[in-house]
Amino acid sequence: MKIHEHQAKDIFRKHGIPVPEGRSAFSLDEAENAARAIAGQNGGRVVVKAQIHAGGRGKGTVLLDGKETGGGVRVVTGADEAVSAARQMLGGRLVTIQNKEGQIIRRLLIEQGVEFTTQFYLGLLVDRSTRRQCFIASREGGVEIEKVAAERPEAIVRIHVDPITGYMGHVGRRLAAALGLEGAAAKQCAKLAWAMCRIIDAEDASLVEINPLVVTTAGDIMALDAKITMDDNAAFRHGDWAELADEHEEDPVELEARSVGLSFVKLDGNIGCLVNGAGLAMATMDIIKYEGGEPANFLDVGGTANQEAVMRAFKIILSDPNVKAILVNIFGGIMSCRVIAEGVVGATRELGLSVPLVVRLEGNEVEEGKKILSESGLDIIPATGMQEAARKVVGAATGGGA
Amino acid sequence: MSILVDRDTKVIVQGITGKYGSLHSRNMLEYGTRIVAGVAPGKGGLRFEDSVPIFNSVHEAVGPTGADASIIFVAAPFATDAIAEALDAGIGLVVVITEGIPTNDMVKIRADLDARGALMVGPNCPGVITPGQCKLGIMPAYIHEPGPIGLISRSGTLTYEAVFQLSALGLGQSTCIGIGGDPVGGLDFVSCLELFEKDPQTKGVVLIGEIGGSAEEEAAAFIKNHMTKPVAAFISGATAPPGKRMGHAGAIISQGKGTAEEKIEALREAGAAVAVTPALIGETMKKEMA
Repeated sequence: MKIHEHQAKDIFRKHGIPVPEGRSAFSLDEAENAARAIAGQNGGRVVVKAQIHAGGRGKGTVLLDGKETGGGVRVVTGADEAVSAARQMLGGRLVTIQNKEGQIIRRLLIEQGVEFTTQFYLGLLVDRSTRRQCFIASREGGVEIEKVAAERPEAIVRIHVDPITGYMGHVGRRLAAALGLEGAAAKQCAKLAWAMCRIIDAEDASLVEINPLVVTTAGDIMALDAKITMDDNAAFRHGDWAELADEHEEDPVELEARSVGLSFVKLDGNIGCLVNGAGLAMATMDIIKYEGGEPANFLDVGGTANQEAVMRAFKIILSDPNVKAILVNIFGGIMSCRVIAEGVVGATRELGLSVPLVVRLEGNEVEEGKKILSESGLDIIPATGMQEAARKVVGAATGGGA
Repeated sequence: MSILVDRDTKVIVQGITGKYGSLHSRNMLEYGTRIVAGVAPGKGGLRFEDSVPIFNSVHEAVGPTGADASIIFVAAPFATDAIAEALDAGIGLVVVITEGIPTNDMVKIRADLDARGALMVGPNCPGVITPGQCKLGIMPAYIHEPGPIGLISRSGTLTYEAVFQLSALGLGQSTCIGIGGDPVGGLDFVSCLELFEKDPQTKGVVLIGEIGGSAEEEAAAFIKNHMTKPVAAFISGATAPPGKRMGHAGAIISQGKGTAEEKIEALREAGAAVAVTPALIGETMKKEMA
């Protein structure tokens, strides 16, 4: 689960990581109050930051009432300019490299401007290949870190945390040294690294990222940006996460799918897919493409889907007007092909399918499933094996209507 | 021969009284798996299906039964505890079916495993089967045949698809292992390849990977340097859209690895035969065995 920057900074404060003085604002009134309070404290410099779940906000473009009003992060002077910036951003659509359609700006973070001398990148996450937490640090902060990593991998330093000892002082000292820090700033950096480990452990975050981490003109370490992603698997022990979630930032169809235990991702093609298991679902998309078609979605009904889940899955697939044919590919391990067949027949009857439907069943109770389909009297195209299923559905989607 | 499990493996089922635990325990018993005990805290003294004794803890179950493996169906919030209990009781092989265990917990468990020298399959996996001898998982038994092919996969249902193809072509399996798709788990591709390379029954290996992480690249390096047996592979997700990744740091840690193209290239370069489509996994292995 992703959370907003202002929420991540609240968590930073709780764990003792220094961040600029700031307030979140959900309306112009709140923005004005925040701007006056922040500008008053800081002799004028104010930063107004759009809060959406995407990176590259500063380089993005805000579209409001059809006009480009500027970037998603504005540095201004004084409360009046801050209010004016807020007016140009709230309710607008922020288009970024990560989200070309743009996301509506529903909240802002208004912060004091901070003068700094140096900026770094610092991230902490679980490294799959070493199976332990790993710090990633670079002296080249504030820029696209992926680009740095690709072009000059030597500019990236990795330091692992031993899961048996947990964070130890040497980790922080080595990080500070890698960033070229000395004296008080080095000590502050180590303290901050320890706090990042505590956030991963106590908050069950899967990623904590600071870009940029800066040394202020006063010589102190401070996190100017904050990104935290929570490990969804740990939701059961964090009742408070419901408050951190922002459904506006998620695709409504994907959200609906998840609420009934389906995993769904919308794609650009015209062949709807209904499959059990993520690996088989991806492989089904691959073979459709290999046969010359384009999948309209990834949909995994999971290992224990019932008739209702199959029905909902069909409704979700058919809500996409681009869908010209549907492929159901089920390998029943735990799941019974009979249940799937009943779901397919029920959905077809209730929804009155207007596009060709190819069904490939294999596994548990496959003969019963095939019998239900053939005796239903419905226009369902049966297929044996993935290759035949893919060929048939691609044919139906492209040549079927001709 | 086979790897990990055979007809002598003595199994404890943790969570034997739950909905899935009991369903799959019945299926495993039917297959011939030697389930010597069940564990369900508070239900010690009862019997499962009038035969398998139930204990309150793994520690209590191990002594009287001599169990050497455990399979876990315990729900995610309690699964980490169940794994730790099995390891602490000296179980050498733990198969974790449970889905949705927090990554932080698995980092700790993994360190514990490595320190003890114990083995874990999973979490979030279909389990392990040595056809005709021992099923320690939730896979449909009937698709498997005993034979010379070892199979390792990060997927569930795609594994069944591959096994189905192999059996249909007359290629039985020595042992099939679903290692699970979570970021941190127990046995990985490399450790399974190592076991298959040493196993005299296994004459060829099917490896089924998917996008993300770098486990397939590590497998490719092992194949290149250490495998004498033929390997057929398939990588799913060539057409999966980018995204759903963990921020910038997630992309960096894999050092540009993780796409299907790169994995396929690494495997081919290592001498593995890569199936072009998921429908050709069986045939690709068969050609390699010819």
